[in-house]
Amino acid sequence: MADVTLRKLVKMYDQVQAVKGIDLEIKDKEFVVLVGPSGCGKSTTLRMIAGLEEISGGQILIDDDVVNDVPPKDRDIAMVFQNYALYPHMTVHENMSFGLRLKKFPKAEIAKRVGEAARILDITELLERKPKALSGGQRQRVAMGRAIVRNPKVFLFDEPLSNLDAKLRVQMRIEIKKVHQTVRTTTVYVTHDQIEAMTLADRVVVMNGGVIEQVGTPQELYHNPRTRFVAAFIGSPSMNFVPCRLESHADQLAVRISNEIAFFMPEQKAARYKKLSGDGQLLLGLRPEHLTDMRQHMEPGCVPFDAQLEVTEPMGMETFVYFKMNGADMCGRVNPNAGALDGGPLKMAADLNNMHLIDAKTGLVL
Amino acid sequence: MVDMTAGQSAAVPRQIRKPKSPIARFFGRRSTIAFLMALPLILLIGVLVIYPAFYSLHLATLNKRMTEFRGFDNFSFLLFKKDAFWTVVYSSCLFAVSAVIFKAFIGFVVAHFVHNIPAKGQRKWRGMLLIPWVIPPAMSTLAWLWLFDSSYGALNWTLAKIGIGPIPWIGEPGWARFSVILVNVWFGAPFFMIMYLASLKSVPDALYEAADIDGATWWQKIRYITLPMMRNIIAITTLFSLIVTFANFDIVRVLTQGGPLDQTHLFATWAFEIGIRSGDIPLGASVSLFMVPILAIAAVFILRDINKRGNEA
Amino acid sequence: MAVSTTIDKVAPDKTPDKTGPRRPVVYRSLSSDRKWALRWSYFFLVLFCIFFLMPPVYMLITSLKTSAEISADPATTNPWWVYKPTLENYVELLTSSQFLTFFKNSIIVAVSTVIITMLIAIPAAFSLARMKFWGSTTLATGVFLTYLVPDTLLFIPLFKMLATLRDWTGIELFNRWYVLLVIYPTLTVPFCTWIMIGYFASIPKELDEAAIIDGATWWQTLTKIFIPVALPGLIAATIFAFTVSWAQFLYPLAFTTSNDQLVLPVGIISSLIKGDVFNWGQIMTGALLGAAPPLIIYAFLMDYYIAGLTAGATKG
Repeated sequence: MADVTLRKLVKMYDQVQAVKGIDLEIKDKEFVVLVGPSGCGKSTTLRMIAGLEEISGGQILIDDDVVNDVPPKDRDIAMVFQNYALYPHMTVHENMSFGLRLKKFPKAEIAKRVGEAARILDITELLERKPKALSGGQRQRVAMGRAIVRNPKVFLFDEPLSNLDAKLRVQMRIEIKKVHQTVRTTTVYVTHDQIEAMTLADRVVVMNGGVIEQVGTPQELYHNPRTRFVAAFIGSPSMNFVPCRLESHADQLAVRISNEIAFFMPEQKAARYKKLSGDGQLLLGLRPEHLTDMRQHMEPGCVPFDAQLEVTEPMGMETFVYFKMNGADMCGRVNPNAGALDGGPLKMAADLNNMHLIDAKTGLVL
Repeated sequence: MVDMTAGQSAAVPRQIRKPKSPIARFFGRRSTIAFLMALPLILLIGVLVIYPAFYSLHLATLNKRMTEFRGFDNFSFLLFKKDAFWTVVYSSCLFAVSAVIFKAFIGFVVAHFVHNIPAKGQRKWRGMLLIPWVIPPAMSTLAWLWLFDSSYGALNWTLAKIGIGPIPWIGEPGWARFSVILVNVWFGAPFFMIMYLASLKSVPDALYEAADIDGATWWQKIRYITLPMMRNIIAITTLFSLIVTFANFDIVRVLTQGGPLDQTHLFATWAFEIGIRSGDIPLGASVSLFMVPILAIAAVFILRDINKRGNEA
Repeated sequence: MAVSTTIDKVAPDKTPDKTGPRRPVVYRSLSSDRKWALRWSYFFLVLFCIFFLMPPVYMLITSLKTSAEISADPATTNPWWVYKPTLENYVELLTSSQFLTFFKNSIIVAVSTVIITMLIAIPAAFSLARMKFWGSTTLATGVFLTYLVPDTLLFIPLFKMLATLRDWTGIELFNRWYVLLVIYPTLTVPFCTWIMIGYFASIPKELDEAAIIDGATWWQTLTKIFIPVALPGLIAATIFAFTVSWAQFLYPLAFTTSNDQLVLPVGIISSLIKGDVFNWGQIMTGALLGAAPPLIIYAFLMDYYIAGLTAGATKG
């Protein structure tokens, strides 16, 4: 059990900075997910924590010890790889116990730990099989078992579910969460899948281009993204962005999208954005679920507008509708009974209580 | 900005670092260990391949008793004074080129036949067809020598049954050249077959199915699908075989010993004759060095193809 | 282009594409086409098999004949048939101390060469495939180029080098079988290293990272992970090294002469062929026995043998 601290961590590959001086504190027993598009430096960061990549600058501390020069085996960490990295010539039991055998643990202790891990993961019947004879999900369990038996200070997961099919991925996600609730080891988990990040994490770290965009609980990231990148990355389908201007009308504030379309903001939003000057280039950000069909009783702050639909995607519980607003592609989420048709018109409403305004130049949410 | 010293001065964390002696650090370096592990290989190649190759160049500039430096005398003697040299050049080139062409062709055809039959029988046929490659060539050439025997040989006996012959397989220069090539083709074609078969199997069936739907004939399928997909393997195998065949020694040495009238000598067997049997090491070295240009050209092309493969993968 | 909508308008008896060249269409049933292709394939395979298997079969036939039968008048006998099968050639060779010496020399040389080759090639391949160091890429290419340098280019300088070394040290190096242990690795090590690099490189990088995290040293990674995982490649390389050293003819012919130092291929040719007198029964028996070890290995480990053959061009 331990906490992990990154201080101004830098990774250089041939003069190119892959990780640009990031700071992060991971508390004991915490489940932290690093998420971001490929090439954002999340895996590199994880591998530096593991000791598989040399650290070009800054420090990594595990339990207040600087581990920059400590070899992986002495860092007391365990790692689960994307392609499982099970030793193909060893049985499940041998795979799980390999690390312990190298450390010359007594046989009884090894048997006890492997048995316990196998029980937690429900793979007791598989112990004598070779990896080749296992399904993807079973291999994944074995890979986790190999990490658990080490009883390490920190678990590191490097996109562990990307090789599984969609259904199994959901299953294993729950499995991983359960295991973490059982063993409560500090965990750093890397993924490119924001749903995985949201569902698993105590705290999510969104990375982009080698820097941390935002750190926060899943709810914080979803409702209060700090940058356009986070706003777009978290949530599926992703947030709609449309260029807009601010206009003052007496004591009311409106976002003008085009000559025809303008929305009046509700009180509390108007108060928040009053200070902004009207001439800056802005983006209006609205999630699909805040672009709904027009209903009888709309909350205050919901503004009606007409949309000319291009495509509709019925999902069963809801229907996604795609349309254009002043040239920008938009996605809305409407009731299946709202009468949305491909190519048809639809009366819709924008819920401005949940709007975001983004400075188009800096990409910061205002 | 990055400040690497900031953290250390602020928190003064304790460092887990075992003190190491300089020697331990030297051996602990990954690249040092890596180099040491490759060292026997480097020594072997350096001392027993690269050094002899250049030493051979030095030897070739000496006189017969290896006491005097003679410059390029040996080379010019071979080129302009020794008629047998040009015979060797001619028969080496003829041997290598025609043997490689026939090996490549037969290998290609046989590979197709094996590929055609049901998959479960393929292993057995492949196994039988590769046998010539497995037998040490010096041993199998003995069998050919006995098959070629003019009075008791089984080949002439069989041909006589259908009214042909008797053929002086190794008694007459033209036939002797033919026989040497025949034995080499017999020995080498299975290798081509195996390489082509492996590469045939790597062509996805869907391509042929797509071609069937496009209405391709069998020849068009070979021409537009099989050959382009196999091009790299064909190139590598052919060039590789060209090197091995050009430098061949065993077959001629056992079958004809260069005869009749030195007409079937290759560079290798002639160099052996001059350098070891007659004891003129410098001249022998010069003879074998004449192989280098052709070998080098083939090697350069192979390297290019191998690298191309690597990039495609 | 409205391709899909025109399909139903085309009459079934017309070619849809009228501008393209037309081939006369003869429809045979697909299954009969395939059956004939199969028959022809088998027919030619049998022909090629006869061609490829003729010499070894003839070796076997001759080895079972008496000398009288071998030199019988070809007008009255069929050389492809054994009238009075006998094992006397085998008995004679396998009880001749000379032949057994050849055999023993060959086995010692081939087996030791395999061991030496592996001791050099495996660590080198491991370091070249995984532990980059200065010049390692060049060295990997160099290894392959070395493999392309034929023995026929090196035997004369090596001959002279051995002579010089003998004059310096006073150790007799000619006509000693153990000299071959120094020379043979030049034939086997480059190729074995090359294919082992390929096999090692195909092991996913995560596997050694997992081993590192599990606390394995580089030596444990090599012996406990790489060698077991790349075992098929290792077997292929071993077979290659063995068959190459067993079949090698030029070096022993150049460097060894006296009967007690010869290896099998040279021994058979230089001791059983005396001048113009060919004792074909014994020569064929010897040749067959000389071909037997590689053939036996091949019979049992064919898939590894073939994997090794094709690995040179398909791996790495």
